[in-house]
Formats: sequence, structure tokens, C-alpha cells
Amino acid sequence: MSIAERLHPKSTASRVSSLLSAAVVWVVLYQANEPFWDWLVYEKLGLSASSSLGSGLHFFAADSVKITLLLVGIIFIVTVLRSFMTLERTRAMLGGKREGVGNMLAGALGVVTPFCSCSAVPAFIGFVAAGVPLGVTLTFLIASPLVNEVAIGLLWTMFGIKIAAVYVAAGLFVAVVGGWILGRLHLEKWVEPFVFETRLGGQIIDSTAGLSFDDRIQMGIEEVGSILKKIWPYLLVGIGLGAAIHGWAPTDFFKQYASASNPLGVVVAVAIGIPLYSNAAGVMPLVQSLYGAGLPMGTLLAFMMAVVALSLPEMILLRRVLKPQLIATYVGVVGTAIVGVGYLFNVLLA
Amino acid sequence: MIIKVLGPGCNNCKNLERATREAIATLGIDATIEKVEDYPSIMGYGVMSTPALVIDEKVVVSGRVPTPTQIRELLTTSTKGN
Repeated sequence: MSIAERLHPKSTASRVSSLLSAAVVWVVLYQANEPFWDWLVYEKLGLSASSSLGSGLHFFAADSVKITLLLVGIIFIVTVLRSFMTLERTRAMLGGKREGVGNMLAGALGVVTPFCSCSAVPAFIGFVAAGVPLGVTLTFLIASPLVNEVAIGLLWTMFGIKIAAVYVAAGLFVAVVGGWILGRLHLEKWVEPFVFETRLGGQIIDSTAGLSFDDRIQMGIEEVGSILKKIWPYLLVGIGLGAAIHGWAPTDFFKQYASASNPLGVVVAVAIGIPLYSNAAGVMPLVQSLYGAGLPMGTLLAFMMAVVALSLPEMILLRRVLKPQLIATYVGVVGTAIVGVGYLFNVLLA
Repeated sequence: MIIKVLGPGCNNCKNLERATREAIATLGIDATIEKVEDYPSIMGYGVMSTPALVIDEKVVVSGRVPTPTQIRELLTTSTKGN
């Protein structure tokens, strides 16, 4: 039995009150987090806040709880809001749009349309078969994982609204410009021919038609569970690294090798990020740790974008519809755009 | 009754297949479950968001895994329709 069924809210009033009590519990836990670990680590265990062990342990515990709470709250809200948007509706909006305007619209829709990487191929075929231009379709596929609402929420709460806005602008820029360039190159010959031959079936169904309020809440709860299950190892590694940097690591080391003045910094960050694969939420603690260690934000955003936008599993999926030449061009164009964005923001945010 | 689970084999597709098998067992319906994994056939049903559930060639769910209760309801409705 699902969680929503077990809770089984009977009326609107009881639904609202369960949501409100969940929100109150969340706020109390969030507020109590830091004081609790202060008390446990510094007072109960008697560790000094200035010692490596004390501050490292405190950082690890407090940050793990804080990030988990943030993720639970943000993923839930984002999933419920996104359940009002569908791939089908997005495609209908993109049909008949020209390149340029179409790329911009596809970038924006890529941000708000719910999308799982397993839908990348059906979405690609569905868009192209419905006459959405190749470059516009690719903009959508780049923007969708790249500009992730959960990452926006985390960046906002951890670094402030300015960095969150920079991230959205940078991600949209990469997706719109990358897709537009790929469209201009006229690479249709490198799309597997069956895509153009595919006929869409008659009954296009709207995947969220008839969803009740409870269904959307249920989707939110499930999404929280499935994302946390997927990314917890990344979270622990990221926070653990943060704790190590916090307590022990000489920050000079990072400053020396990866500061904004190192001309190769962004390129190295992107090269390391491409083979790594996680979603934007999973890589965030690592970004926070490295930022604390003195790495510039432009380099870190580039690293994060490379991790989420260019990944081996997605390339393997897309290989079903794209020939290797197009995949290589895709990685080249998007990778270059990400590197450019990294350098740009290192200069702008310095 | 012929039930088809549409999806390229992602986790949610497996979840949907398992939930559907359980629902059939619970309801004691005589049905065969087929998996449709190739993209052109999936697109043939007009489905872009996987997984999707097709009962007697009619798409009833797409883009999500319904709750067990909802699957049972869908199956019962379709049985009555026949």
C-alpha cells in the first residue's frame, strides 16, 4: 500500500492540515539541526569547535541532515508543481516553431517539464516525428537535465539568489546556443533513419490527465524517495569531502591548483566532470565543499554542468537514435559552451 | 485481456510491470502481460512518457507508475467494459 493510501486523507481540510503539519515538522527540524549538533558534538562529546575532529564531525553531521531536509522539501514541491506540465504539452507548444525562437522556448520548457532520462529517446523521436526541428529538440534535451529545479533550490538556499540566477542563465545559454549551433550544422544525416520514418499513433494521451490532488502528493513523496535512494552515495562522499576540507585539508592546495587565475582550471573541471554521472542535486554538496575550499564559482558551475549534461549512460541511450558522429559533435559543442560559461563567470563573479 | 507494459526497461517500467502482475494476481483476472520495449512500437501508441500501460490496445496510463489501487481500478473498469 502506498504512503498516500495509508495516510488516506478524507477531506480537503484533513489534506491541508497534514500538509501543514508536515511543513511545521520540517521547519522545526531544520531550525533545530545546528543547535542539536552543537550540543551533541561540542557539549556532550566534549570536542572542541576549533579542533579538526570536532569541527569536521560537526560539519558532516549537521550538513548531512541539512542537505537531506532541503532535498526532501525542494524535490517534493518541485515534483508537485511539475506534475501540471507534461512532455505532450511541451511538444504541442514547440511544434511549428522556427529555430531561434524555438530554441529559446525549448530551453525554458526543458527547465519546467518533468523528464526522466529514460524518456530521452521516446521524447526525441516524438519531437522529431512531430516536426520539431532537430536543433530545437536538442536544446530541450540539453536544458532538461542541465537546469534542474532542485539544483536551483539548493543553490538558492546555500549560496543565495544571485548564484542561483547565474546558474539558470548559464544553463539556458548553453542549451539554447548549443542546440542552435547543432541545428545550424544540419546534422539530420546523423540521426538514425527510423526516427524520421516513425509514425506516431493516433491517440496521443496527456500523461497527467485526471490526476487528483492526492496523486500529485503521492508523486511528490515517491520522487523524494527515488531521488534520495539514487544520490545518497554522492551526498555522503560530497559532504565527507567537505568535512575533511573543513577539518583537515590545507585549502592552499586547492587555491594553488584550481584558482581562477589558473588558466586550465575550467577545462580540467569539465574534463573531470564528463565521465562522472550524477544529477544536479547529488553533486551539490561536493560543489559546496569545493567552494568552501576556495574554488571559484565559475569553475564549479562548469564542473556541475559537465557532470549532469554530459554523461556516458545518456550517450549510450541516445546512441539508439543518433549516430556516433552526432553524439561526438553534441559532446563537443555542449562541452565547449560549458567551458566558455565557466570562464565567463569566473571573470564576472570575481 | 491483453495487457502491455510500454517502456525501454527503466526502473519505473519494471515497477509498473511488477505492480500490474500483482494486481492481476490479486483480482484473479485472466490476462497476459507483454512487454513492449522497442521505440517505434512504443511511439506507435503515441506514448512519449514511459512507462505506459496499455489494456486491450488502449493506453490507460503514461509517464508514471500508478498506485496499486489505481491499477486495480483500471483493470476492473476494463474487464467490465468487455
